[in-house]
Amino acid sequence: MAAKKAAKKKTIEKAETAGVADAPPIEMVKLKVDGVEVEVPKMSRDWEGNLRPTTMLEACQIAGREVPHYCYHKNLPVAGNCRMCLVEFGMPMMGPDRKPVLNEDGSVKVAPMRLPYDPSLPRGAIACATPIAPGMEIYPGSDATRQMREGVLESLLINHPLDCPICDQAGECKLQEYSIEHGQAESRFVEPKVHKPKAQEIGPRILLDAERCVLCTRCVRFTRDIAGDDALGIVNRGSYNTIATFPGQPFDNNYTLNTVDLCPVGALTSKDFRFQMRVWFLKETKSICTSCGTGCNILVGSREEKIRRFEPRENDAVNATWMCDSGRLNYKWIHREDRLTRVTGKRFTERNQLGAWPLALKEISEILRDAEKGSVAIIGSARLTNEELYLLKKLADRTGALTDSVANLGEGDDFLVSDDKNPNSNGCRLTKFCNTELGIHTTKIAEGIRANKIKTLLVFGEDVTKAGISTDLLDQLTHLIVSDVLPNDTTQRADYLLPGCAVVEKRGSMINVKGRLQKFMKAVEAPGDARAEWEILREIVREVEGRVGFETIEGLFNQMAGEVVPFDGLEWASIGDTGVEVEI
Amino acid sequence: MIVDRKELNFWERTYAPALLGGLKVTLRHFIDHVTGRKKVTQQYPEEPTVVPEGYRGAPYLVKDTDGNTKCVSCQLCEFVCPPKAIKITPPGPDGKPADRANAEKMPEEFEINMLRCIFCGFCQEVCPEEAIFLQNDFSLTGLSRAEMIYDKEKLLSLGGVNKSPIKKWEHKKKEAEAQDSFPVKA
Amino acid sequence: MDAGLLSFLIFSAVKIGVVFGAVMTMFAYAVLAERKISAAIQDRVGPNRVSFPLIGSIPVIGPFLTRLGIWQPLVDGVKAFTKEDYTPEHVRKGWFWLAPMVAMVPSVLVLAVIPFGSSMDFGKVFGLDFGRQAMVIADLNVGILYTFGIVSLSVYGIVLAGYASNSKFPFLGGIRASAQMISYEIAMGMSVVPVFMIIGELNLSDIIAYQAENGWLAFPLFASKMNTDAFVLLPCMVVSFLIFTVSAFAETNRLPFDLPEAETELVSGYNTEYGSMKFAFFFMGEYIAMIAGSAMIVVLFFGGWTLPFWGLDQTADTLVKGVLQILIFVGKLSVFLGMMIWVRWMLPRFRYDQLMDLGWRRILPLALANIVLTAVLIYWNHAS
Repeated sequence: MAAKKAAKKKTIEKAETAGVADAPPIEMVKLKVDGVEVEVPKMSRDWEGNLRPTTMLEACQIAGREVPHYCYHKNLPVAGNCRMCLVEFGMPMMGPDRKPVLNEDGSVKVAPMRLPYDPSLPRGAIACATPIAPGMEIYPGSDATRQMREGVLESLLINHPLDCPICDQAGECKLQEYSIEHGQAESRFVEPKVHKPKAQEIGPRILLDAERCVLCTRCVRFTRDIAGDDALGIVNRGSYNTIATFPGQPFDNNYTLNTVDLCPVGALTSKDFRFQMRVWFLKETKSICTSCGTGCNILVGSREEKIRRFEPRENDAVNATWMCDSGRLNYKWIHREDRLTRVTGKRFTERNQLGAWPLALKEISEILRDAEKGSVAIIGSARLTNEELYLLKKLADRTGALTDSVANLGEGDDFLVSDDKNPNSNGCRLTKFCNTELGIHTTKIAEGIRANKIKTLLVFGEDVTKAGISTDLLDQLTHLIVSDVLPNDTTQRADYLLPGCAVVEKRGSMINVKGRLQKFMKAVEAPGDARAEWEILREIVREVEGRVGFETIEGLFNQMAGEVVPFDGLEWASIGDTGVEVEI
Repeated sequence: MIVDRKELNFWERTYAPALLGGLKVTLRHFIDHVTGRKKVTQQYPEEPTVVPEGYRGAPYLVKDTDGNTKCVSCQLCEFVCPPKAIKITPPGPDGKPADRANAEKMPEEFEINMLRCIFCGFCQEVCPEEAIFLQNDFSLTGLSRAEMIYDKEKLLSLGGVNKSPIKKWEHKKKEAEAQDSFPVKA
Repeated sequence: MDAGLLSFLIFSAVKIGVVFGAVMTMFAYAVLAERKISAAIQDRVGPNRVSFPLIGSIPVIGPFLTRLGIWQPLVDGVKAFTKEDYTPEHVRKGWFWLAPMVAMVPSVLVLAVIPFGSSMDFGKVFGLDFGRQAMVIADLNVGILYTFGIVSLSVYGIVLAGYASNSKFPFLGGIRASAQMISYEIAMGMSVVPVFMIIGELNLSDIIAYQAENGWLAFPLFASKMNTDAFVLLPCMVVSFLIFTVSAFAETNRLPFDLPEAETELVSGYNTEYGSMKFAFFFMGEYIAMIAGSAMIVVLFFGGWTLPFWGLDQTADTLVKGVLQILIFVGKLSVFLGMMIWVRWMLPRFRYDQLMDLGWRRILPLALANIVLTAVLIYWNHAS
């Protein structure tokens, strides 16, 4: 168990050491893939991070020739049971004196491998598990390889049901893709298929369709080795093989939906996404999960400004290719009916929404500009982006305000879920918006309000009544300016209520608990009149300070990088899809 | 390329033969029409148009001979439709189950905007369930744009029954039931 | 005011009313005739749906009349009156409103000199002695001169329409129309000179009287007085007739000379910007010009209201004969109207340069040669 835990950790951390050069030089091996010579490293890291000989499949990937596979996954232990990655190959021929046989021109003669009992038939090797050797020749494009793949696909399709019109995996199904690329055009199958139970609920979020399973055992290996919960296994024999859970023990841990990503066919499907939308209609936007401090990279699948699902994105430094279930399903609140969509407020009388934003921003800027030093306090949220915290800090410096944010700690596990439920606590700290410990100044702010020294309070994204500033304190304030996305006790008492955006509705960057700065893109439009908080703050800072040095998010990030020391040298355009490390 | 121009004689150059020839042709047509020998006009509303086989009229959803909807909401027609006339709402995880045993999926709402439809027939060609067919209806009228967006009810009622003997889902169900008792209970 | 003047005024007013009414009706049914004949030539049907409320329900006759499209002109009239009469914003308003009137009036004015019958004796009506009234509104001694003068005015309507529309295609239509009409007016005038050389009078009624005696000018087969003049001069008269007909086509902008309103080239030419009543005026102008043109052809070359038998070539002595003569005139007129409709579907449109070429370089010299030839032949005939 302890060994498994260590192995899991290595899956995430292996890439962190990848950047560091190994002290001895990397040994390279020369081989030929489809006639083209490539040089590949002799040893590579496996799913746990241990060095072991490079496999033929990895060599083909380096050479640019993808070998089709079902059961192989770079973050899972090798099984070798699907046989889809069979390729024809040849080894340098050895003479009886254990010296290589040479051709006429002096090059080493390479003999294609043949079946020992019938030398007229080629022998394939599964590329995912066979290590390379110097002088080897791999033929992923030869006729023999093609026939091997056609044969494997024909066998897989024997009992596979004709479910494509109703199967959720259509459009991202490996069986479909390989059938088109490598399969036969006509079927020879006339017998009745084997039927197995369909749409079985094996867990609270997973449905199993046993007929569609191709028995690659990716789900079994993931649940056992990565999630640490040995819940799935294969029962029965031969054509009746089925994936099953233990009787009475549902498949229920916080990582079950990763098996849905892993399953190459539509056997394991998400109950939440079942029949929701065809995947080819979904627009996929790169974003970050904001349910905890880990900041798993996600792809937001949306259509017509409505989010349909979250999917993990590969980032070896943060989450490999995994994501926890609670974060994955945490998108439904974004389309809640009670989202704040209009600029309102107790003191705000503007009824016509066309003029609401400019008027509100003007009034707020006047309040901040005319406030005396020390009479303003700002409570931001560690769910805001770096850029927004930076702008709030600017306002705080200008008005001499006390600033703080609110801590949010919960239960983490030892895999992906962090115990810090705020996605950007480090951003708070690095922009100096709050101290190393979030929330210490809140009592000072509360006292300031009680002593009537603090008359104006800006609240961005938090419900301060739950953080130590009670409702009667809020009522004591002269001006309460709030920006949030959902209504709560604080928003009800706001003098100016500015509707904000969720992370999927704006662009920005956040820093996870390990110090990785990651940027995310806008997936859907904000509802109603809601605006991104950085756009709101841009206008307020422009009015208060007289000018701003940016108009777009790129300009804002570059300006922030110039002023905040740990971001020195970074540029929005240079961050990339997997983020950069900063010093925390 | 050289076109040879015929040399015209004196009479031809006065264009008189051409004129007379024209007079003859038009007179012939006039007399043929008036005496009823040649009538090509179809008096439309009274004489209905008979469409040829394979005519591409309006697309409608069909039911099978047991009265079940054949469409399983695979959304291929929505994807292939060139003017994006089809709009399908899939049932989602909490939607209504299919009215057909074993099919599992049925569209919650199926709209075709007849004003956008170009009657190309791609939806019929791509449908894997033979659920949508372009039938003989060519004159579609409505009093408003909203009226011309046909919903699932209307499409099914106009589509009629498809007499194909292939009933895929039922065949699968029968095959499954005919199998020996399966070792793991469903 | 003496009784003579009074009766003259009253009867002139009546004649004007009757002629105008009759011509309007003829216009409406000429449009219908054009539609039905065009349809027949083109193997289609033409208007056949308008059904009159009560008459349409009579068993056999009702549907027959409906299929004939008899009621279509009524409906078209109602449409013309009730359609929205719009004026586009970019036109020159004054000229825009004036152009249709200027287009229609000359065509109608030509009808004033055309003799549609001989004369009828009405005797005493309402205490006024009407006596014998000539079946022509204005029996001018210079009838033909008057005609050509008025016809020249009709160019202005089209040119004005093209100019007022303030738009490219109507403008081009107007320009082309003006050039075309001017060219063919000359040919028209030249072509009837031989007629007057033979007859010696410009009065249209006298021309008809001459033809009643000596046989129709273009078709001299029956006459009370056969004379060699008619046969010797027949070729000249035929040439005269042909040139006059061609020029009449060109003057009324009918195919093959309808470049000013060619649909495929100029949208609708000079009447692109016009709709409803104003367009109806142009349309009326064109068809009434057609009717007037056909009337002129009949009067000049085919004997007007005369028929060479049954005493119909004399001045009518009974009312019945008078009415019959009017009907004969209308009948001959309809034949030529039909010819105009028929020719429309027979020939392709002339290209503009071909049109000008035809008008100036071929028809005009031919007309002039015709005059000279006629003069020579008359002299030779009379000298011998």
